[in-house]
Amino acid sequence: MDSLPQFVGRNLFDLDDYSAEEIMYILEAARGMKEINLRQYKKIPTLRGKTICTLFVENSTRTRMSFELAASRLSADVVSFQATVSSLQKGESLQDTVYTLDAMGIDLYCIRHSSPGSPQLVHKYSGKPVINGGDGRHAHPTQALLDIFSIWEKLGSLEGLKITIVGDILNSRVVRSNLIGMKKLGADVTVCGPRTLMPGGMEDIYGCRVEYNLPEALRDADVVMGLRMQLERMTEGLFPSLEEYSKHYVLSKDTIKFAKKDALIMHPGPMNRGVEILPEIADSDHSIIVEQVANGVAVRMALMFLILGGKL
Amino acid sequence: MTTLIKNGTAYIDGAFVKKDILIEDKLITRIEDKINEPAEKVIDAKGMHVFPGFVDIHVHLRDPGQTYKEDIVSGTRSAARGGFTSLCAMPNTDPVVDNIATVDYIQRRAKDLGSAKVYVIGAMTKKSEGLEISEMATMKSDGIVAVSDDGKCVQNAKLMLNCMRYATNFGLPLIVHAEDYNLSGSGQIHAGKIALKLGLTGIPALAEEVIISRDIMLAENTGSRLHIAHISTARSIELVREAKQLGFNITCEVTPHHLILTEDACLGFDTNTKMKPPLRTEADRQACVQALKDGIIDCIATDHAPHADFEKVREFDHAPFGIIGLETAFPALYHHLVKPGHISLERIVDALTSVPASLLDLPPSALKIGYPADICLVDLNQETSFESEEIASKSKNTPWLNQKLSGKVIYTILDGRITWEAI
Repeated sequence: MDSLPQFVGRNLFDLDDYSAEEIMYILEAARGMKEINLRQYKKIPTLRGKTICTLFVENSTRTRMSFELAASRLSADVVSFQATVSSLQKGESLQDTVYTLDAMGIDLYCIRHSSPGSPQLVHKYSGKPVINGGDGRHAHPTQALLDIFSIWEKLGSLEGLKITIVGDILNSRVVRSNLIGMKKLGADVTVCGPRTLMPGGMEDIYGCRVEYNLPEALRDADVVMGLRMQLERMTEGLFPSLEEYSKHYVLSKDTIKFAKKDALIMHPGPMNRGVEILPEIADSDHSIIVEQVANGVAVRMALMFLILGGKL
Repeated sequence: MTTLIKNGTAYIDGAFVKKDILIEDKLITRIEDKINEPAEKVIDAKGMHVFPGFVDIHVHLRDPGQTYKEDIVSGTRSAARGGFTSLCAMPNTDPVVDNIATVDYIQRRAKDLGSAKVYVIGAMTKKSEGLEISEMATMKSDGIVAVSDDGKCVQNAKLMLNCMRYATNFGLPLIVHAEDYNLSGSGQIHAGKIALKLGLTGIPALAEEVIISRDIMLAENTGSRLHIAHISTARSIELVREAKQLGFNITCEVTPHHLILTEDACLGFDTNTKMKPPLRTEADRQACVQALKDGIIDCIATDHAPHADFEKVREFDHAPFGIIGLETAFPALYHHLVKPGHISLERIVDALTSVPASLLDLPPSALKIGYPADICLVDLNQETSFESEEIASKSKNTPWLNQKLSGKVIYTILDGRITWEAI
């Protein structure tokens, strides 16, 4: 395991800091972790004595559970900091919060925050490695890694795959991180959504294709990913109604037929059934939406293991 | 008190000449090739440039009300360190400068304790709320040099029209911070490729351009004297160019940071790159430099906006907008624009002295016999550093923090009194 140490102590702010080889290494490690999760006794002692903090300044029960489960299965101690019941509510700064937590001896932080760049701040104030669990619209690298893992596990490689991501591209951190990771592994990615939810310059920055028409975007796709459409975008004047959005951008039998016959169906969840995806697609044989969740635990275990230098 | 500045290269009537300058009390009394008369203080300015004291028409002194960020004493000391001898204080203090009591307070504090001359800009609307016209005529009789709601922007076009009519009635220039709130929204940095990459909400160039366009039309209609603060986009510059060609009485300023930095500076989430208007694209930056050369942009102003450490160490989108600028202005401009040959030293000095003074009818800033001895001496070859403890401002929020820049201000002289001396 010569290449193991290169992960020790590193941050995961976003995937642009990781090479294609390193991403592949993480995927391999995650495959091992997934096997542990299928055992009767789902626990290994590798991170015994290490303390991992889930610092969730923005609520997300699912992601927090996934991180905490991952840490527990590696036998790390987990402390959970949630903003809604914490000092941040009382006006304490993130800086002071991190100083306080650090005094308690945290080895690794997993942070979720509505402000882009806050994982960098946590690292700056703690000096400890930080895994970004989603920072505003900026990045969500563990989600991207689990998405990539899920595709890789099913199809063997991302090289040359046509992947189409549909929905609110403007507000999606999942898209940004996925675009970086998928491009590194050689996929051709198309993003699709109405112009009001599509930031300018996507092609230049991410080297993806931008398509406003759903059937066009889906044509010959190997993988189709839907994104959660949030109701509050309506009040921001970005689209008129969920009904009209759905009419043009829903993943249904009618639209998915433009993709390859056995195209994988993905969604980072939580889903709005009937808005961006119909049950007939979400629950179809080609859907790996539920498996993505399971893979999330394995990928996060792999990252914690590698960053904290766990021994097998 | 007599002070003799010997052997320096003085900037006189648009040219650099070897001259000695004698100061008696508050005034420049002799400018000659060689002055050998004894003086109480003799400054050997060999190897230095002698400029008129710099004039900054856009400064936030934070006094009264936010003196933990800056006050009149520290703000004018910061000015002195940067070579500035005159500045205009923006009215967004607490309380807002919309009454003569606050105008008086600033004028008195500056006169008694300041290291620079401070001219007061009054609020355009009461409390700068953008709802009712301020008592600008009363403040004018108390000495304000212009009106502005800087930091904010009157959104109501009808009210802006009336502000222009009213200010013009009393001979007051209007300074506008151009920002359409609906377009800027919760934006953090320029709406461009970096905002997209960092997931930060963008402030589109349109937010500035739409208001500049509106205000040029209102100024045309009212014949008012309009000055546009901190212009930042190529399209804004085109609007001003057109207005000037049509003969409207419109001027504008640009900040050093918009001349030097671009949105790329935001990549590391440094909150000292967060200000309004935001750092724009490289094309916008180049347009600003070109427009300054062409005179479409009239002058340079720093928009010195101090914020305390604890405010700026926040998450990027929770940190306040603004950076300090008085101390870094000349070194940054010299280091990044003059030294590499992008713009002449003469144009930079004009844009920091005679031009801004003339825009707001301040006493002229020039090295001339009989003029106040407001002077700064700069060693272009010496570097000056911006470590936190070396910054004279109470606040340290500058993108040039911990950096070294060439063009060090060695002395600043205000009315014949030395207000800054580099050790």
